[in-house]
Amino acid sequence: MNSSVMAIILALCEAVRRGTPLLLGTTGEILNEKSGSLNLGVEGTMAVGAITGALLGLSTSNMFLALLGAFVGGMFCGLIYAFLTITLKANQNVTGLAITIFGGGLCMFVGETLKSTGKFPSYTTEFFAEITGGGIPLLKDIPYIGQLLFSYNALVYIAIVIALIVWIYITKTKSGLRMRAAGENPAAADSVGINVDAERYKNIVIGSGIMGLGGVYMALFINNGLWNTDWINGYGWIAVALVIFSNWSSARAIWGSYVFGLLLALKSRMPSLASAFPSVLSWSTAIPTEVFDALPFIVTMLVLIISSMRKNKNTGCPTGLGLNYFREER
Amino acid sequence: MTNVVEIRNLTKTFGEVVANNKVRLDLRQGEILALLGENGSGKTTLMNMLSGIYHPDSGDIFIGGKKVVIHSPEEAKRLGIGMVHQHFKLIDTLTAADNIWMGTEYEPFHLDEKLAFADECNPCDSSDPAELRAQKFRRFKTRLKLRLYALKYKLGAFISGQPLKKSRFDRIDKITRDFGFELDSRKRVCDMAVSEKQTCEIIKVLFYGANILILDEPTAVLTTQEIQKLFATMRRMKERGCSIVIITHKLNEVLEISDRVAIMRKGEYITTVDTKDANEQILTELMVGEKVELHIDRPKTDFDRPLLEIRNLTVKNDEGSVAIDDMSFYIRGGEMLGVAGISGCGQKELCEAIAGLRKIESGEINHKGQSLIGLPPKKIIEMGISMSFIPEDRLGMGLAPSMSITDNMMLKTYSEGKFNPFVNRKKARERAKQLISALNIVTPSTETPVRRLSGGNVQKVLVGREIESSPNVIITAYPVRGLDINSSYAIYDILNEQKKNGVGILFVGEELDVMLALCDKIMVICHGKLMGVVHAEKATKEQLGLMMTGALDLKIENAKPYGIAKDSNITEKEAHDDKNE
Repeated sequence: MNSSVMAIILALCEAVRRGTPLLLGTTGEILNEKSGSLNLGVEGTMAVGAITGALLGLSTSNMFLALLGAFVGGMFCGLIYAFLTITLKANQNVTGLAITIFGGGLCMFVGETLKSTGKFPSYTTEFFAEITGGGIPLLKDIPYIGQLLFSYNALVYIAIVIALIVWIYITKTKSGLRMRAAGENPAAADSVGINVDAERYKNIVIGSGIMGLGGVYMALFINNGLWNTDWINGYGWIAVALVIFSNWSSARAIWGSYVFGLLLALKSRMPSLASAFPSVLSWSTAIPTEVFDALPFIVTMLVLIISSMRKNKNTGCPTGLGLNYFREER
Repeated sequence: MTNVVEIRNLTKTFGEVVANNKVRLDLRQGEILALLGENGSGKTTLMNMLSGIYHPDSGDIFIGGKKVVIHSPEEAKRLGIGMVHQHFKLIDTLTAADNIWMGTEYEPFHLDEKLAFADECNPCDSSDPAELRAQKFRRFKTRLKLRLYALKYKLGAFISGQPLKKSRFDRIDKITRDFGFELDSRKRVCDMAVSEKQTCEIIKVLFYGANILILDEPTAVLTTQEIQKLFATMRRMKERGCSIVIITHKLNEVLEISDRVAIMRKGEYITTVDTKDANEQILTELMVGEKVELHIDRPKTDFDRPLLEIRNLTVKNDEGSVAIDDMSFYIRGGEMLGVAGISGCGQKELCEAIAGLRKIESGEINHKGQSLIGLPPKKIIEMGISMSFIPEDRLGMGLAPSMSITDNMMLKTYSEGKFNPFVNRKKARERAKQLISALNIVTPSTETPVRRLSGGNVQKVLVGREIESSPNVIITAYPVRGLDINSSYAIYDILNEQKKNGVGILFVGEELDVMLALCDKIMVICHGKLMGVVHAEKATKEQLGLMMTGALDLKIENAKPYGIAKDSNITEKEAHDDKNE
C-alpha cells in the first residue's frame, strides 16, 4: 500500500516539476497573445533565457541572479520580436519562427563553444544542493501531503504566483482591459486613445521575460545545469498549444500544464507505477519508451484539432490575434 | 455664433490619390452640420484627420480659436472631439461598460487645479524681502509636495493596474440616464442589436466629454423608426451645446436634421449652405457639379415565366442557428424583386444559398425547371446566375483587395479559352477601361490595387463586373450601399437595362424609398421568415417597416401563403413531395 501510494505521489511530483516550465512558457505566451501577438518564438525565447540564466547562475552560484539573467534574456528576445512586428510591421508568424531558430542557435553556439573550450561553468556543491533541494521547511515533512505539495524548489511556487497575478491583471484590472482591447480590436482600442503599440510592446516584453524563466527552469532543474544540446526539448511548442488548451486563461493554464507535465513524466515514472500496480498497468511495460516521448506531442496535436473544431463564441481567443495594426491602413 | 472648429487648407494624399485638397470647413457652436459629398469626395478622410486617425500632409486645424496639431485619437479625445465611425469601433467580447471604460484615463488627479489652489493659499505678496523669501519657500514646498503626491498617485495606479470595480457600471448607467439613452451597460457587444451598438458608441464619446461629435453615416444601418430616435437624440445633444457633424448620403435626412450643409466634391470643399435655403435638387447639383435627373425609373416589362423559384428553403447561418426558415418565393424574367429586412435577418444567407456557397438544409431552388441543389458555384454561374453581395466592409466578398481592377475583372473570366494556359490580360484591361468610363470610377489607373480606391468606387467595380458576365438572374445585395447619388443612379440604370432584357433581378436593399420606386415587388423578411410579398406601387413605407420588425405578417393577415407561382416550373407532385418531407 505504502509503496503504491508513494509511486503515485512521485509521479505527480514529477508532473509538477515538468509542468512548471510549461506553465511559465504558457503564462508568457498568454500575455503575448492576449495583446494580439501570436509569438511562435517561445522555444527560442526559452532557450535564450536558459543559457543566460544558467551561465549567470552557475558562475555566481546565485539563484536570484540566475532568474534575473533568464528574465532579461527572455525580455531581450521579446524586444526583438516586438521591434520587428510592431515597429517594422513584420509578419508575426515568420518573426516568431525566426526567434525560435535564432534563440536555439544562440543557446547552442554559446553552450557548445564554452563546452568545447572547457569553460562551461560547473555548479558548486551548495548551488547543486539548492537546485536539487528546496521545499518549504517543516511543511514538507508532513507525510505524503508534504511531499506532494511543499517539497518543490522556489520557482515552482513563483510560477504559480506569476500565473495567478497575470490572471488577475488580465481579467480584473483596467490595465488588463486596455491590453485585451489592443488584442481584440486594435482599431477600436486606438480610437478611444489606447496606445496599441505601447500595450503590445509592454506585454510582449514582460511575457517573454516569463518565458525566459521557464527556460532557466529547464536548464537548472530538469537538466541539473549540465550542458545538453537540447535543453528546451520542444517544451516551448507544447506551451503554444497549452495556451489554446487553457482557453487563454493563465489560471486554467496551471492545471493544464500539470496535465501535460504528467504526460511528460510518464516516461520516467511508468516503470515504477507499473510495478506498484501490476494488475492494472502491467501492459505498459510492453510499450517502447519512444511512445511516451511522443505522447505529449500527440496530445498537443489532438488539442489543436479539437479546439479548432469547436465553434464557440466564448473562447478567450483574441479576435485581433496575429494581426499587425496600421492606423492609416485602408 | 462662434466657430468651435475651423479647418483651413487641409491636404491629405494616399499614394497618388489626393483625398483632400486644401479643404476648409467651419463648425459653429451648437449646430448640426451635414457633410455631403459623393463617394471618394474625402468626407471620411477629413473627419478622420479631425479625430486623429489620419495625419494631414499640410494645413491647419483650429479648435476654439487655437491652432492644434492632432497626432492621435487620444489627443482628439482631449480636445473634446468624438467620432462615431461608420464601422463601429467596439470590442465584441466586452460589455458596453468595459468598452467605454477602457478608454478612460487614470482617475484624474487634477494637479493644475490643486497647484492653483495652493498658490492662492500661499500668497507671495509681502513687501518685506525676508518675509517674501519665506513665503516663496513655503509655496515651493507645497508645490513640491503636491507634485510628489501626483507622482505617487500615478505610480500607485500603474502598479496596482487599477482594479476594475463594480462601480464602473453605475458610472456608465448614470451618464446613460443623464442623456436620456437606454442601454444595458452589462450587456456584451456581441449580443447587441445594431442600434444598441450605435447608442453605445455615442455614450462612449459623450462619457469622454466630447462636445464636438462626428457621426459617419450613422443611419446606414438603422430602420426608419431607429433613425427618428437617433435624430431626437441629436437634437437633444444640440440643445446641450454639442456641435455635431453628420455624414450621410440620404438627402431627405440632411434636410430633416441639419442646420447647415457643407458640400465636398472630389476632395475639395465647395461651399456651405443653410439647410432652410436648400432642397434636394440644389444639394445634388452642388454635390455633383452638374444637373441631375432625380427620378428613379421603373420600366414596364412583360413578365416571363418564373425564372428562379425557391420553395420551402431552410438555411442555417455560421453559428448553426436557422437563418432562413421555410421560405418560398420566385422571380420572373424581367422582374425586379426587392428584399427588405433589418440587417442580419438572413439576406446574406439567402444570397449565399442561391449562389451555391452555403449548404441547404431543406427545400428546393429551381432555375428554369432545373434544380440547383448540390451544384457547385461554378456550375451555377455558368447557368447564368450571378451574385454580387456588398458586405458592410465592402471588400469582404467578391474582390481581392490587393489586386488591380484588371486582375479582379479576370477572376470570373480566367477560364475563357479552355486550352490556353495563359491569362488574357489585354482583354481584361480593355474591359476594365470600359467599366471605368461607364461607371465613372475614380482611379489613377487600371492597375491600382482595388484596396486603394474609395469605398464607392470599389463597389462599382464589383457590381460592374457581375453585370459584365451577362447573366439571366442577378442577385444583388446592397449594390448602392454607401454610394453617392450619381453612382447609385448609374447602378439603377444598369439594373433596369438588364431588366428590360428579360433578366430576373433579386435586389436586396436598405433604403425603402428606393426599393418602393425601383422594384416591381417587394418581399419582406423578418428573422428569416417571409412576412409577405407586396406590389411596390401599392405598398407604403410604414407598412414595410412594420413587416420588417415582425409586427405585421401578411401571411396571417390575409390567410394565404405567399411566394408560390401559379405557373410554376416545379410540378405539383414535386412540390407535394417537398411538403411531405
